[in-house]
Amino acid sequence: MDKRKNTASHLLARFRGLIQAAATLATNIHLPNFAKGGIYQGAGKAVCVPGLNCYSCPAASGACPIGSFQSVVGSSKFSFSYYVTGTLILIGVLLGRFVCGFLCPFGWLQELLHKIPGKKLSTKKLKLLTYIKYAVLLFAVVLLPVLVVNDVGMGDPFFCKYICPQGVLEGAIPLSIMNTGIRSALGKLFTWKLAILIVVAVLSVLFYRPFCKWICPLGAFYALMNKVSLLGIQVDQCKCVSCGKCAKVCQMDVDVTRTPNHAECIRCGKCVGACPVDAISFRYGLGVTGDKPAQSTQACENK
Amino acid sequence: MFKAIKPVAQVALLIVGVAMVGFGIMRGEADAVLAKAIRLCLECIGIG
Repeated sequence: MDKRKNTASHLLARFRGLIQAAATLATNIHLPNFAKGGIYQGAGKAVCVPGLNCYSCPAASGACPIGSFQSVVGSSKFSFSYYVTGTLILIGVLLGRFVCGFLCPFGWLQELLHKIPGKKLSTKKLKLLTYIKYAVLLFAVVLLPVLVVNDVGMGDPFFCKYICPQGVLEGAIPLSIMNTGIRSALGKLFTWKLAILIVVAVLSVLFYRPFCKWICPLGAFYALMNKVSLLGIQVDQCKCVSCGKCAKVCQMDVDVTRTPNHAECIRCGKCVGACPVDAISFRYGLGVTGDKPAQSTQACENK
Repeated sequence: MFKAIKPVAQVALLIVGVAMVGFGIMRGEADAVLAKAIRLCLECIGIG
């Protein structure tokens, strides 16, 4: 094996699938609950997991940050969640959209679906759709649960209730299989959400991560944090030969040589593996993850 | 310009994040999250 390909950045990119599987398992560690038809009810549920993972999944080990935020702001007691927002800021600064690329169970599922052989479509001409997720974050997660309230001041978790397919996939389906009471209670809302899940699944076969790109409010929040994240991608302009292989291989439609810390970059590391001169690498730390400027030819020669 | 303030912004955000988590716990938000998360979320699974 080529020795230069054994850098930490290459290893991280190469073992991404394994890390995604491990992260999904860690996020859903209480597997016996699938057979019991109930959910984990321990103190661990007070802690938010980094990815999109429904807390009504029988195996869920923590709380979904999006669901938690809505439940807090939708309660009659609070109108904002410092706890969940602070948690998301911390995760966002420490990791950015690395969470999407490595730690999110729903992101991993979409990637697995995209591996199904068949026609694949590009999303390069659909970049405008990436702004939808910011609207979902603002309206369905933040504003509507606070502003649309019932007589006792409680709001619905609009995103969880009307949009999120994870609740059906991880919660409704496994629970209704084991629990006849839940099965008999499923109605039109379930049908609507099941339809969303099916559409997302079909789109995931055709497009790369359609939910992450266009809909996910958690991805939107981490996207906003990508520029200030401690973990980032750095392009060494002295090594770069402008071959364009990194941009070509990127399924999130990012040209990493121009914008290494683009909001859509999920840090999957495909560009790291594609670069023929090892000009692209992961970087971690204060201030070191910024866009490395193109140095003068002389500066590169002196290096 | 952004490069110069980036480390400052990162440290500031980390401090703000920790402070917000602490303040949220103090006013009982973690308990609210736990109370929601240990019960079946009817909205999430499509019951309503």
